[in-house]
Amino acid sequence: MSSHDVLDIVRRDPRAEWIARNRLHPLHGTLVSDATAEVRGPSGLLRKYPHRVGFIGPNGIKRIDRLKGNAAASGKGRRSAAQEVQLPLHQVENPDFYIVVVADMVGGRLTGHDKDVIGQAHKLAAGIEGSGAILAVCFGPSKEEHFDTAGVDRLLLLDDAIYDDYCPEQKLAALVQVDTEYQPTHWLFPDSVNGGTDLGSRLAARLHERPAAQAWQVDHQTTVCRGAGGTMDITRATPRLLLLAEECADQIDETRHEALPVTLTAVPTVVAQLQNQGPVAVDPNAVALAEAEFILSAGNGIHDWEQFHQAASVLGATEGASRVAVDDGFMPRFRQVGATGTWVTARVYLAVGISGAIQHMQGIGQCDKVIAINTDAGCDMVKRASLSAIGDSEVILGELIKQVQAFRAQQSVEGDQDAA
Amino acid sequence: MQPNSLQLENLKIVTLVSVGKHPQSGRVRRADQDSRAVELGLTLAAQNPDGLMVLHAGDPAEPGLRSYAGMGLAAINVLQLDPAADAVAPLGEQLQQSGADIVLTGVRAESGEGSGMLPYQLAEKLGWPIVSRVADIVSVNEGVAEVLQALPRGQRRALKVRLPFIASIDTAAPAARQSAFGPAQRAAMTVTVVEAETDTVRQSWDEAVARKRPKRLKVIKAKTAAERFKAATAKSQSEGGRIMKKEAPEEQAQAIVDLLIEEGVLR
Repeated sequence: MSSHDVLDIVRRDPRAEWIARNRLHPLHGTLVSDATAEVRGPSGLLRKYPHRVGFIGPNGIKRIDRLKGNAAASGKGRRSAAQEVQLPLHQVENPDFYIVVVADMVGGRLTGHDKDVIGQAHKLAAGIEGSGAILAVCFGPSKEEHFDTAGVDRLLLLDDAIYDDYCPEQKLAALVQVDTEYQPTHWLFPDSVNGGTDLGSRLAARLHERPAAQAWQVDHQTTVCRGAGGTMDITRATPRLLLLAEECADQIDETRHEALPVTLTAVPTVVAQLQNQGPVAVDPNAVALAEAEFILSAGNGIHDWEQFHQAASVLGATEGASRVAVDDGFMPRFRQVGATGTWVTARVYLAVGISGAIQHMQGIGQCDKVIAINTDAGCDMVKRASLSAIGDSEVILGELIKQVQAFRAQQSVEGDQDAA
Repeated sequence: MQPNSLQLENLKIVTLVSVGKHPQSGRVRRADQDSRAVELGLTLAAQNPDGLMVLHAGDPAEPGLRSYAGMGLAAINVLQLDPAADAVAPLGEQLQQSGADIVLTGVRAESGEGSGMLPYQLAEKLGWPIVSRVADIVSVNEGVAEVLQALPRGQRRALKVRLPFIASIDTAAPAARQSAFGPAQRAAMTVTVVEAETDTVRQSWDEAVARKRPKRLKVIKAKTAAERFKAATAKSQSEGGRIMKKEAPEEQAQAIVDLLIEEGVLR
């Protein structure tokens, strides 16, 4: 009896059972039934055992490869897609005609207005039969690196020393030379206070052209331009010379261009009737806040107001303030920067003790470089700033005043030496 | 600024004026820039009131002209010509005859074409230099004028230019004095009838009240859904500006000064 019983007893292997239960065990595959076999359910439906799909990855997590081993190739493709996209190159080998754009190049770089005008030039060229090249004429030293993506097919860079200063007559002579050498179909100028209007008007008078000023809707046949101080729209045939308003056309952003350098054979040197005597020192606080170039702005973090005013005069900066400083009576209302005050366009904005309320950040949206001096490293102004100094504003401003005074002293010494 | 040490006694200044239009109400008025040019002319001719001539080409019955006279002018010279005529040729002749030393105009007219080309065409015709966007004429010495030119961002540039020259006056010039009604009515209108060619080019133009310009839309040119999603949701992140936390105040101030010098605002 005992032996019979012994034979009937089902010997269980707890370890094997444990391995079979544990799908993560390395021997699991040897104990469970064949995974490749097709299993049909009672109704004939194909059953899939979800635990058997995939494999255990190196970090113990199950991975399911639905790409059947093609993952490596596609992964590579995605990575390259994330890299910089090479825009298609627009080439003009033998141009049938030229459209000349004379760029303002404020600070040696193409302005947004310049790029609008280049976009307009391409729009004009598309309407004219034949292949046209956009020739950009730039005076003075250039810091611009992206002539190609701005849409310049040919680049005439006149960076001789004679063009460094204010010299509209010399520039006019060069443009007249461009006119005789390239005979452009159109001359386009940005209608701006940065010199585009002046130069364009000079050239129009010299070439006896009748320009369209403040042109804002231009194609190769008709032009709509503003007249009578911006209160009238004049619709007329497109003239050869155009002074274009801002946002006249979309900028080029989907193509790359050659920006091939070209030269002029010779430019006559003109005896200038206008002699440049250089810039005149202006009281920075007399400059309107909205158009000031460099603003020193004070907020709640300023306690020593005497020091702040001294810093502004030493730096030669226009004073600004946040709403709190104005409400507390430390600064006049017309000095307030922000959505409720003035929207500023400064190139450099130095914010002292301003943490950056959203209304204030809106007001400085157009500033290029923001410098923050603040005690709180996590505030919004520090996030916006390209340089932030964390610490007590009084100490840092004091240091700043000292160093700027030292810089000024050194400059005047050097100037004396140069003069001597 | 009062001009000092001048040779203004025998200086001949001509200010060209046009009829202005108020930008909001559209009412006829003295043009802003032109009235500043008259103001500058009056300042320059303070010692020699006969040295200033205010010249207009057009209709002498225009009521807007009287408001220039109200600034204290004894007379306004008007070249009477057809409204459709081109004023450049008669004005050029008049300027040559009058022996003007300084010609002042506005930058752009508030009525008509308003292209701002008139001073340039006159300068080209007469062969005189033109100074654009003048804020002030500081002095005139031995036939050379020192002129302040208005630049963007409230800056000024000093220029020297030999007489005779043409200057277009910017809105940065000193504001015009008030115009008084009585003197405006009493002032004389010296009318000269001139013949001029009709401006045929302009007759083919369509002129209408200015339409509002469409604003440029921010177009998102995303190729994939992920890029579109990112463009719609992404907050503008900080450009990874430099944060100086542990440094001594001297170093922090030095870094700020370096950046200011690099940006060219510390002069």
